Amino acid sequence: MQRYSGFGLAKHALNHHENWERQWRNPTPKKQYDVIIVGGGGHGLATAYYLAKEHGITNVAVVEKGWLGGGNTARNTTIVRSNYLWDEAAALYEHSMKLWEGLSQDLNYNVMFSQRGVMNLAHTLQDMRDVQRRVNANRLNGIDSVVLTPEEIQEIVPIMDCSKNARYPILGASWQPRAGVARHDAVAWGFARAADALGVDILQNTEVTGFKIRDGRVYGVHTNRGDIEARTVGCVAAGNSGVLAKMAGFRLPLESHPLQALVSEPLKPVLDTVVMSNHVHGYISQTDKGDLVIGAGIDGYNGYGQRGSYPTVEHTLQAIVEMFPIFSRVRMNRQWGGIVDTCPDACPILSATPVKGLFFNCGWGTGGFKATPGSGHVFAWTLAKNQAHPIAAPFSIDRFHTGALVDEHGAAGVAH
Amino acid sequence: MFLIYCPYCEEHREEEEFHPKGQAHIARPADPEACSDEQWGDYLFFRDNPRGIHHELWVHAVGCRKFFNITRNTVSYEILETYRMGEQPRFTAEYPEGKPAEAAAARAEEVERQEGVKA
Repeated sequence: MQRYSGFGLAKHALNHHENWERQWRNPTPKKQYDVIIVGGGGHGLATAYYLAKEHGITNVAVVEKGWLGGGNTARNTTIVRSNYLWDEAAALYEHSMKLWEGLSQDLNYNVMFSQRGVMNLAHTLQDMRDVQRRVNANRLNGIDSVVLTPEEIQEIVPIMDCSKNARYPILGASWQPRAGVARHDAVAWGFARAADALGVDILQNTEVTGFKIRDGRVYGVHTNRGDIEARTVGCVAAGNSGVLAKMAGFRLPLESHPLQALVSEPLKPVLDTVVMSNHVHGYISQTDKGDLVIGAGIDGYNGYGQRGSYPTVEHTLQAIVEMFPIFSRVRMNRQWGGIVDTCPDACPILSATPVKGLFFNCGWGTGGFKATPGSGHVFAWTLAKNQAHPIAAPFSIDRFHTGALVDEHGAAGVAH
Repeated sequence: MFLIYCPYCEEHREEEEFHPKGQAHIARPADPEACSDEQWGDYLFFRDNPRGIHHELWVHAVGCRKFFNITRNTVSYEILETYRMGEQPRFTAEYPEGKPAEAAAARAEEVERQEGVKA
C-alpha cells in the first residue's frame, strides 16, 4: 500500500497526480475463504480490517451486492457520540469513540473526524430530568458529559432561539465535547484500503442469494458470481439483515424502516457544533463545504425503498426552523433515505445465530454510523474466537427471549 | 405520500390521518402463562420484515379511529388492498396476483359487469 503523506502529495504533484495507485484491488472471488463478511458498508469493512489486523486472519472476503459504502454508510448524518444511558451501550459506543480518536492515523486515511461537540436539547421538565440522569450515568462510565443552561447554550450556538417565547422553550441540554462528526465516505474507503492492503478480498457487485447450510452449520454462500465457501460467515447487512436471516431459515426481532436526511445549499460557516432535539425531533450540523445536514425521523411503516415520506420531511423542517428561525429561507438541495433495521430496544444485535458459524451484526437502527470502528472491532473478535466479545455479549439475540433488554430509547430516541 | 382507503369510512384519505402499527395477523397466545420464553419472545419481538408483499396493521388515528389491515409492497410501496379486522388478505406473497379461486371469481365478476346484461 502506498502510504499517504504530505511528502507523497508533493511528489505526485510533480507527475500531475497521474500515478496514484488504486486504493483497493478488484479481485475475482476465490473458491474458499476463512471468513466471509456479507455487506461492504462501514461496519463490514471495519470487521474485515480488524480481523486481518488484530487476529491475523487475512483470508477474508467482503461480499457486497452494490458498491462500497453505497448504503447507509453514505446516507447517514455523520454524527459520532457515545453519551448513552446504560452501562452496556455506553461501553460499546465509548469503545468506538476511543477508536475514532486514533482512526485517521491507524488507517493512514483522513476520515475528517472533527470533535466539535454534540448537544442534546431539553424542552420540557421531563427532558431536563432525563438529561441530568443521562449525564450522571455518562460521568459514572467515564464519558465526558455536562449539563448546559440556556445561557451556556446561547453562548455556544448564538443563532439558536433560546428565548422564553419559543413554542418549545429550551430549558437546557446535555453536551459531549468529544463528540462530533466524521466524513462517512472516507470511513468506508479508509477501512477498505487498509483491509485490502492486509490481503482482504473486497468483492463488489456480488450479491448473496443464499447460504450453504448442512446439519445446522454454515459452509459458505451462494452468490451471483458462484458459490464461495467459508466456515465462518458474518452478516453485516443493516436494512437487509431480515432478508438474509430468512435465507438462513430464522427470523430476527428487526423491522426495516426508511430513515431520511437532507442537505441544504452551501452557506458560510454559521454552526460549528451538532445540535439534536428529541422533543421537536430534528438534528443539524454544518459540513466543511457549508451545507446544513439535517436528519429526520423514520417512517413508521416498513420499507425498503431508500426514500422517505414527505410528511416526515415537513415535520423535521418545522422543528429546525423552530430552533433556528435564521434558517427559514434556506433552500434544501437534496433529500434521500436509507433503510435502517430497528430493534425493539433500540440496541444492536451482535450475536451468534441458530446456524453454527453464522453470525449477525445488525439492528443498529438509526444510529449505527458512530459505532463503525467499535462494532467492527468487537465483531471481528467474536468471529475470530467463535465467542462473544465481553462488550458484545449483552447484545446477543438471546436477550429477546430472556428479557434482558438494553432499553436505549432515551439516548437513541432521536433518529441520528 | 399514500392515499389510503379506509375500509370503515369507505373513503380515500391522506397518509397523515393514519398511523402504521406493525405486522398484522399476530395472534396473542391464548394462554400466555403456558408459553415458553421462546414462544413469548417470538410473539413480542420477532417479525417477518419481508422485502415485498407485507400485511400491516394501521389505525385511522384522526378519522374513525378504527384499526384495519393493509397489504402493501415494501419495495414499490404499492398498496394492494385494505381490509377490515377479522378478514383475510386476497393478495399474499404466495399469490401476488390474488388467490386463484377468488381472483378467478373476481375476474368473472368483472367480465360479467363489462359484458353487460346476462341471463
